[in-house]
Amino acid sequence: MTTRVLDVPDTTRGRGEAPAPRGRLRAGLEEALLPPVVALLVALVIGDLLILAVGQPPGAVYRLLLQGTWGNAYGLGQVLFKATTLAFTGLAVAVGLRAGLFNIGAESQLAAGGFVVALLGLALPAGTPALRAIPRGLIAAALGGAAVGVVPGVLKARAGAHEVIVTIMLNFIVLALLNWIVAAHLHVPETLHTPEVHAGAIPRLADIFPVFHGSAANLSLLLTLAAAAAVWWYLFRTRRGYELRAVGLQPDAAEYGGVSVGGVWTRAFALSGALAGLGGVNFVLGYKHYYEDGFASGAGFMGIAVALVGRNHPFGIIVASLLFATLSQGGLAIHAVVPKQMVEVLQAVVILAVVVSVPEVRRLLRSSRRGEVA
Amino acid sequence: MSVLSTVLALLLQTLRIAVPYLFAAAGGVLAERAGVISLTLEGFMLGGAFGAVVGEFYLGGPWLGIAIGIAFGLALAAIHAVSSLRFRADQVIVGIAINLLITGVTRFFLRLAFGSSSNSPRIAAFGETGGLLGSLSSPLLWLGLVTIPVAAWLLYRTPFGLRVQAAGEHPEAAASVGVSVPRVRYTAVLLSGALAALGGVYLAFEQHQFSDQMTAGRGFIAVAAVIFGRWNPLLAGGACLLFAAAETLEIQLQATTAVPSQFIGMIPYVLTIVALAGVVGRSVAPAALGKIPD
Repeated sequence: MTTRVLDVPDTTRGRGEAPAPRGRLRAGLEEALLPPVVALLVALVIGDLLILAVGQPPGAVYRLLLQGTWGNAYGLGQVLFKATTLAFTGLAVAVGLRAGLFNIGAESQLAAGGFVVALLGLALPAGTPALRAIPRGLIAAALGGAAVGVVPGVLKARAGAHEVIVTIMLNFIVLALLNWIVAAHLHVPETLHTPEVHAGAIPRLADIFPVFHGSAANLSLLLTLAAAAAVWWYLFRTRRGYELRAVGLQPDAAEYGGVSVGGVWTRAFALSGALAGLGGVNFVLGYKHYYEDGFASGAGFMGIAVALVGRNHPFGIIVASLLFATLSQGGLAIHAVVPKQMVEVLQAVVILAVVVSVPEVRRLLRSSRRGEVA
Repeated sequence: MSVLSTVLALLLQTLRIAVPYLFAAAGGVLAERAGVISLTLEGFMLGGAFGAVVGEFYLGGPWLGIAIGIAFGLALAAIHAVSSLRFRADQVIVGIAINLLITGVTRFFLRLAFGSSSNSPRIAAFGETGGLLGSLSSPLLWLGLVTIPVAAWLLYRTPFGLRVQAAGEHPEAAASVGVSVPRVRYTAVLLSGALAALGGVYLAFEQHQFSDQMTAGRGFIAVAAVIFGRWNPLLAGGACLLFAAAETLEIQLQATTAVPSQFIGMIPYVLTIVALAGVVGRSVAPAALGKIPD
């Protein structure tokens, strides 16, 4: 299986047509932004058809969807909460893809991160000051995710095992293991969640702005912004990040240039897992204050969607996480008139349309540019 | 109960669990040997199960259910093939998107067609007779059992199969001797869609209904069997039977709780990782898997 498949819009191509720097930036942006725009239009049309199939007017349903998400503080809070988790899994997938690696294991890495931070919260004595408990919680979550994430990296570097299959299989294994630990040893009777943590709770947004009352949004969303900025810095401003991207674009050339490809794979997967694991903080410390079986369900696959639509760029990923969170919260807003499952179809349509139009858009743009030159 | 009848009952239970895997794994081997990544088996299977119930419920009769189930599988496989081959989209992401798409579509139309978010009404399928005879009377059981040898014959003994292997190992060489690689790959992907869908049809008929996400990862077990079976139909079929036997064991052990069921459930996935990591002989994918020549 090929891994270097998801092309990142880059400006380092040399096909004889060397546009001026500004033109190159514009060309890069066009290549990056056109596919998601096309995808949204396609999704809008499919959404129209599904809404019409139920016998409702599309305009009114879309208005309802927007009102229930960005139209009131509670809806917005829920969007921000969901976007926080998705941004973390999206960043995780993107770091992998930048290194030419497919991390399909974000779901189990997220679950592991959430589980370990819950364990830490249970181990800390009650009354531990937040300033001591929360940083430790972040480290615990990152370590939990990295511990799962590093496995496919090592197996690929040492044995050449393909990371797509390993991460899929590892999802099943890790989730079953966590399910067993919680169900057999750690659950509150009649539930599938652990007891509440003793320390480390992160304040809700509603504690500061009462208008968000009832929504799960919490200050971990600031952590998302910090993580996105840190990933950007790492990828584009450090030597390690440069090596990572070099391996992603041309592993053989990077190896020839003195980069240890296996080392980059291992590091990239550990970092990717750590980012996914950090997402567990949002649910465990920010919302429920316990680990619950299945809380990560679906967030890994959606992370792939977010990375794809965000074009593997940290800031694009923030925007894309808001988009997918809006869709998912919007489903609940329209459920009274159209089954909320509609948004699941639309999310899949967006992914499919983006992944199909990425190579197509590039081909069309490049052939038209070559036409201009000639 | 005599020992013989107990053994027979366990054997039959293993076969019944294995049939969906056998169908899907046969399809997966063909598509992957042709060079197209098959993470879509789960989605094809779910589509097949839904189509079977819709067909049987609205058109009447198990045979129309089978036909509509296959049609669902073919439609999804066509999306997979066109996206991957015509548009050269990334095959891993296409696979994930198709799985998400059919999950959403079946849930949406489950609400629309049957007014439920969890399951369809009961269907008759191939009769209500339970027990040994009831399961043995399902033609799909027998079809599932012969699918693997037929796939092996197709792959190793027919011109089509040799073209499939060439397309998956060295597409440029195949093209240079006049084989239409795209046509071979389209055919193989459509075949995998129809076969995996049959696995879903069997599942829906066994349970006499469609329920939300009823495939529950079975398509990925089939993927595991393909890899553990080193992309060889007969070995993959053996892996399916092995995994099914483990599940039978899990069901039998549930009463005793000697070994947590979660651990037995992990067996296919652990074995696959072990096979990929090369602990006992490496499992190596077709050389051109996921690659499309310019």
